[in-house]
Amino acid sequence: MSESILKVEHVQAKYGDFIAVEDATLDVPAGTIVSVIGANGAGKSTLMDTIAGVHKASGGKIIFKGEDISGMPAEKIVLRGLSLVPQGSRCFIRMTVEDNLIMGSFPKSARPMMKDTLDRVYTLFPVLKQKRNDLSGSLSGGQRQMVAIGRALMTNPDCVLFDEISLGLAPTIIKDIYARIKEISSDGMTVVLVEQDTHRAIRTGEISHVMLKGRVVLSGRSRELGEDEIKKAYFGL
Amino acid sequence: MSFIQNIINGILLGGIYALLGVGMTMMFGIVKLTNLAHGEFIIMGAFASTLLAQALGIDPIITLIITVPCMFLIGMVLQSVLINRVMLQGSEPALLVTFGLSIILQDAMLLLFTADARRANVSYSTTNIQLPGGLYISVLDLVVFVISLVTILILTIFLRRTYMGRAIRATSDDTVAASLMGVSVRRTYGIAMGIAMATAAVAGLGVGMRWTFYPSSGGTYLLIAFGVVVIGGMGSIPGTLVAGLVFGLAQVFGGANYGLLVSYILLIVMLAVRPQGLFSK
Repeated sequence: MSESILKVEHVQAKYGDFIAVEDATLDVPAGTIVSVIGANGAGKSTLMDTIAGVHKASGGKIIFKGEDISGMPAEKIVLRGLSLVPQGSRCFIRMTVEDNLIMGSFPKSARPMMKDTLDRVYTLFPVLKQKRNDLSGSLSGGQRQMVAIGRALMTNPDCVLFDEISLGLAPTIIKDIYARIKEISSDGMTVVLVEQDTHRAIRTGEISHVMLKGRVVLSGRSRELGEDEIKKAYFGL
Repeated sequence: MSFIQNIINGILLGGIYALLGVGMTMMFGIVKLTNLAHGEFIIMGAFASTLLAQALGIDPIITLIITVPCMFLIGMVLQSVLINRVMLQGSEPALLVTFGLSIILQDAMLLLFTADARRANVSYSTTNIQLPGGLYISVLDLVVFVISLVTILILTIFLRRTYMGRAIRATSDDTVAASLMGVSVRRTYGIAMGIAMATAAVAGLGVGMRWTFYPSSGGTYLLIAFGVVVIGGMGSIPGTLVAGLVFGLAQVFGGANYGLLVSYILLIVMLAVRPQGLFSK
């Protein structure tokens, strides 16, 4: 297995007194697709927000490319090559598709590559090129997800976290988006996928981590763990 | 005065009205801040341009080279050290801070500059361009109109075409998503306030050129700015331009006695019929 690009060590995250993530430890080898699976409320999204710096960890350590990034604000973490596609896409709805994507190139290091990356995003998602001048607020849910993914790629990351991108989308669109993610991964990008759908997550991710009630309860190679064991951990059986 | 003359005067007045509102609408739309000190900012700009022009013996318009960057910096500092601190507690504390600020600024100007009436003098203040049919255009009003339009145009291009402009718009849509793109929300708010102050500097120049003003004049212009911002649809810059023209025309057609009355009746009708404003997004 290749060297890990992202290490999460005993991370804890709270909202006020409520502990959303109690103890999360996971390891993401560079260049792989890693799935984080868990039921609604298991703490997956909070963990992703905490890794990306949107939410502050109340304990533990997050190491990205050998550097401790725990406690760093989101706008500094993205400069180091870690990008999050947040749950619900969070497009800039009053901006055009193209302006959304160009926003991804806001980090100074990403600006020189802006035109090239934009072409690459348009090749991945041709529908975005067609709709480049439309407000992203007028797009369908699936297209908004594509904008959010494209925008994350524009920041020129080494590792992208995808937080439940399939939520509320039609199966054919989900299939299409997952195919694109595999394409992104085959270009050498490290991918972390957060999913509620265990079947799809196991099929896509080489490594799976299962979260239950704020803890990572099972980790391993997806093929070796097998679907049954993962499902047991998922439901806490 | 003829109908067409009224239209000419109304449009010329509308330009400066739009400029009065543009800084306020930006703060409304982006930082979600109701800035009650915006009128005082404008009067600060008026004093700065008038006094600098007098002291240096130059045309007041040239003073913008100094006043615009200075006001930008003051705005950034003000937002960073004062308003950002209270913004996390919700919109009411920030509103109160700007209210307090307006009182402090007004009294400070009274102390520094006395209560005397002032005006930025220009050589062409009484010159008119004669048009056929007995119509005329005041050169002074035209100059202020052009300055207003150019300022609004520059601001629009900045917001649409530059990385920083996009970052400001993105932050107004979704602060979390903006931070994921590498945008520091606090710094963006500071820059937005700096820009709002810079537009107030230009608006102050226009006010000083067209009208006499006092340290206490801020309220008058705040009220006009408010009207323009609400009619335009809070946060929309093209809306502000149109609303400025509507407000200017309403005031000219209302005449000296009923001008403000007509303008604000229009505002009330607008609030009843289309409360989101002309260009709300």
